[in-house]
Amino acid sequence: MPAGTLYRGREGMWSWVAHRVTGVLIFFFLFVHVLDTALVRVSPEAYDDVVATYKNPVVNLLEYGLVAAILFHALNGLRVVAVDFWDKGAKYQRQMLWTVMAVWVVLMAGSFYPILEHTLRTLFGS
Amino acid sequence: MSAESNSVDLTSSSSQYSVENPAPFIEAARARTKRTPRGGRTNFEMQAWVFMRLSGILLVVLVLGHLLIQLVLDGGVSKIGFAFVAGRWASPFWQVWDLLMLWLAMLHGANGLRTVINDYAERDNTRFWLKMVLYAATVFTVLLGTLVIFTFDPNIQ
Repeated sequence: MPAGTLYRGREGMWSWVAHRVTGVLIFFFLFVHVLDTALVRVSPEAYDDVVATYKNPVVNLLEYGLVAAILFHALNGLRVVAVDFWDKGAKYQRQMLWTVMAVWVVLMAGSFYPILEHTLRTLFGS
Repeated sequence: MSAESNSVDLTSSSSQYSVENPAPFIEAARARTKRTPRGGRTNFEMQAWVFMRLSGILLVVLVLGHLLIQLVLDGGVSKIGFAFVAGRWASPFWQVWDLLMLWLAMLHGANGLRTVINDYAERDNTRFWLKMVLYAATVFTVLLGTLVIFTFDPNIQ
């Protein structure tokens, strides 16, 4: 496998696959999320009922997964913009992907407790 | 003609061509000719490509800000409820923020899914109907969300 500009099966291809998969997942969530928010036009009770679903421990964990998908899509999207518009972008695409992954790990670690605080308090008390 | 000048060396090609021996002209793969269909003569795909990058950069700020406020700060998901939404939409700033986020995210996502459908749905009919469902869902969601933001009533009932 040549390791030059061809990146089939390497970082370039797998980041492309992950960008697609996370993008499709985020779009389906967005569709549902607009529908659930629209319940504020029905009644405060209807809205608070559906928001209670978001506070369920399993759904709370899914929210952490949603943040994981969005953070990857956002950071890798900035990398794609850099590859397209920065004249050294293509040359450093691998290094930029590992930078993306490093920033992603830091942000995921930092947001673990704040996002799951509700569930941790519910399950283990405060 | 010698075999050497006939061969094409892809790694150091420029050295063997000169005014007397010009490099062969290769037409650009997507050059427009008289046979290019009329319908294909707009810049739509290029505009969509630019839109994905510009909206993407804006969405990084809008969506990550949204996640920070809703899921990270001030107790995370605990505080979300009708009263919290009413408090935020009392400000035109957050109304514009959410409206811009709704439109950009829906159009960005719809164009992304259009690309995915074009890539994987091979039968013409399947591709056409999948995109029609996508466009209908997108228009419905954008209009519904816009209506909700503009007609929100904190004193409902």
